[in-house]
Amino acid sequence: MKNTLEIRWHGRGGQGAKTAALLLADVAFTAGKNVQGFPEYGPERMGAPITAFNRISADPIRVHSNIYEPDFVAVVDETLLVSVDVTDGLSKDGAIIINTPKSAEEIKPLLRGYEGRVITIDARGISEQTLGKNFPNTPMLAAMAAVTGVMEKDDFFREMQASFAHKFAKKPQVIEGNMKALQMAYEVAESA
Amino acid sequence: MRTDATKINEKTPYEDLTEGLMMFAGGTAKEFMTGEWRTDTPIFLKEKCRQCLLCVPTCPDGCIPVMDGKRLAFDYDHCKGCGICYKNCPFGAIEMREGAEAPKE
Amino acid sequence: METPIRQRMSGNEAVSEAIRQVNPDVMPAFPITPSTEIPQMVSTFIANGQVDTEFIPVESEHSAMSAAIGSEAAGARTMTATSSAGLALMWEELLLAASNRLPIALTLVNRTLSGPININCDHSDSMGARDTGWIQIYAENNQEVYDNYIQAFPIAEDKRVHLPIMICQDGFITSHAVENIQLLPDAPVKAFVGDYDPEEYLLNPGKPIAIGPYSISAYAMEAKKAQAVAMENAREVILEVAERFYQMSGRKYGFFESYRMEDAEYCMLLIGSAAGTAKEAVDELREQGFKVGVLKIRVFRPFPEKEIAEALKGCKAVAIMDRVESYNGCCGPLGSEVTAGLFRNKVMIETVCYTYGLAGRDFTTTHVKEIFGALKALVEEGKPIPHNQYIGLRTRS
Repeated sequence: MKNTLEIRWHGRGGQGAKTAALLLADVAFTAGKNVQGFPEYGPERMGAPITAFNRISADPIRVHSNIYEPDFVAVVDETLLVSVDVTDGLSKDGAIIINTPKSAEEIKPLLRGYEGRVITIDARGISEQTLGKNFPNTPMLAAMAAVTGVMEKDDFFREMQASFAHKFAKKPQVIEGNMKALQMAYEVAESA
Repeated sequence: MRTDATKINEKTPYEDLTEGLMMFAGGTAKEFMTGEWRTDTPIFLKEKCRQCLLCVPTCPDGCIPVMDGKRLAFDYDHCKGCGICYKNCPFGAIEMREGAEAPKE
Repeated sequence: METPIRQRMSGNEAVSEAIRQVNPDVMPAFPITPSTEIPQMVSTFIANGQVDTEFIPVESEHSAMSAAIGSEAAGARTMTATSSAGLALMWEELLLAASNRLPIALTLVNRTLSGPININCDHSDSMGARDTGWIQIYAENNQEVYDNYIQAFPIAEDKRVHLPIMICQDGFITSHAVENIQLLPDAPVKAFVGDYDPEEYLLNPGKPIAIGPYSISAYAMEAKKAQAVAMENAREVILEVAERFYQMSGRKYGFFESYRMEDAEYCMLLIGSAAGTAKEAVDELREQGFKVGVLKIRVFRPFPEKEIAEALKGCKAVAIMDRVESYNGCCGPLGSEVTAGLFRNKVMIETVCYTYGLAGRDFTTTHVKEIFGALKALVEEGKPIPHNQYIGLRTRS
């Protein structure tokens, strides 16, 4: 079972946490892995807390339940820290990545005694700087790739470049900004 | 395989009925002699008929054949004797007689 | 055997991909969560010129199945997609499609029936329709729903069968989960499914037919028996098509999958995505020397009663898992039919019926292990298990 990397994403409806999970599944797939990326659907409303999950493994994945003891957690919106127990079941050998301009030290008191690594990343700031808009899931995806080491750095950037080239075929001008957002976030997470 | 409706009846085993009881054939109602249901019989009085043809579309069973713009004798094999044609004829050219027997001719 | 194409996609994408490859003639559909993506994706294929399917946007599922019946009767290979209340609104037409012997393929994304209103998975929709005369085939994951869909028309359109077919997958759990999949190239899939060439159909000039005639009591019962025989015939056809599919894909299918059942003393019998979770738990328990196995039902209609009894006869106890509440004060449909089948085939093992996963309630490897533990305690220590228990339910005690 623990050949499988398990990740849980917390976000709010409309912020792209599900998209981030699906993108991570996508890049891990292109790197040759077996993947699972799926959301948990509650009432579908903008702003409501939502959860999405990833399993990534060298072996075929058969389990079809949610993830209760993740290796890694990503929090796309720091306001969730108040209302959602984001570290619930999180492995202390793993890590939590939080979108916030604050430092890890400032955030830790909100994490209900979590003892593992805490990585903060200003995904909003990076997104606004590189894309001119708040699309936090792109930097969060890069941070998750960096922290989990789910694939080689070069492979990650090559696959994301290809993915953006496909996704933004009709507006190639946004590819560069997206790649820049990935790079900045990756570096922050790598050195955290 | 086309269906021969004359070979199917209430004694036919289920294996020999058609799939979904579909009828793979056209015009099979012709084989079904609904004239047997008749208790009253319409009689066509040719001399009173003005060939207005009002009786033709009112017949629920299509038992009034038309040729060259003129109605012909009743199709007694299928006429159930409902009397609608009789009620609709403006010229009294159709009368109803008690009994199932069709006029000879 | 064909070289597989390694891909990743959701269950809805997988079944849509199979639809693209099969290129059916007509698809009337009305959107409903969680199957909405299927008509969306097929519409995109049509807009892109990738298929020449005629899409009929209807105003309800009642109309969708009515249009499907008309279209199939006219001679066109026809399919639709729905979920939950959508299937319920088709009810009357489901029976007509079957009694008129029309090989329509319906891809069902299983979702609970209200109420309470909820969009998530259980099997109340398709299990409610289990006696409508449709063949029902269930999938564990995106791969199986893709493979099952490719086999759907060859089964349904076979002359020995001529019945509609429901290809089911678990709503959200597989329909919206992106997973790895091995696709087949277009050409062999098209050749496998072949052209639809019905012998008799409505739009056939010079060869008129009458379909769906009123049948008096002297005929209607005979028609129902013939329909039941067609369902029985589906058994051999399903296996023949599975064998042909194996030749093409290398993937084996039958009425059910027996996982580690050779020497299993305890078995969990279930349907759908939870089977993967059960297999994972079985592997863990096997490492501890616990002889457990999984029997995953793929074909629920026709019901493979004898084969299930044969597969279970070496077991000491079986947990029969229903993802639906039958409100009969006894157990779900799988529980009823499997236990009846065991009795008729004189396989007198312990059976325990469970209800799980209603309206999207999660089902985990922990649940599976608990159930196997309870079965063992029942057999070895005589510790009774309350019949028809709910799994994952909050209770006071």
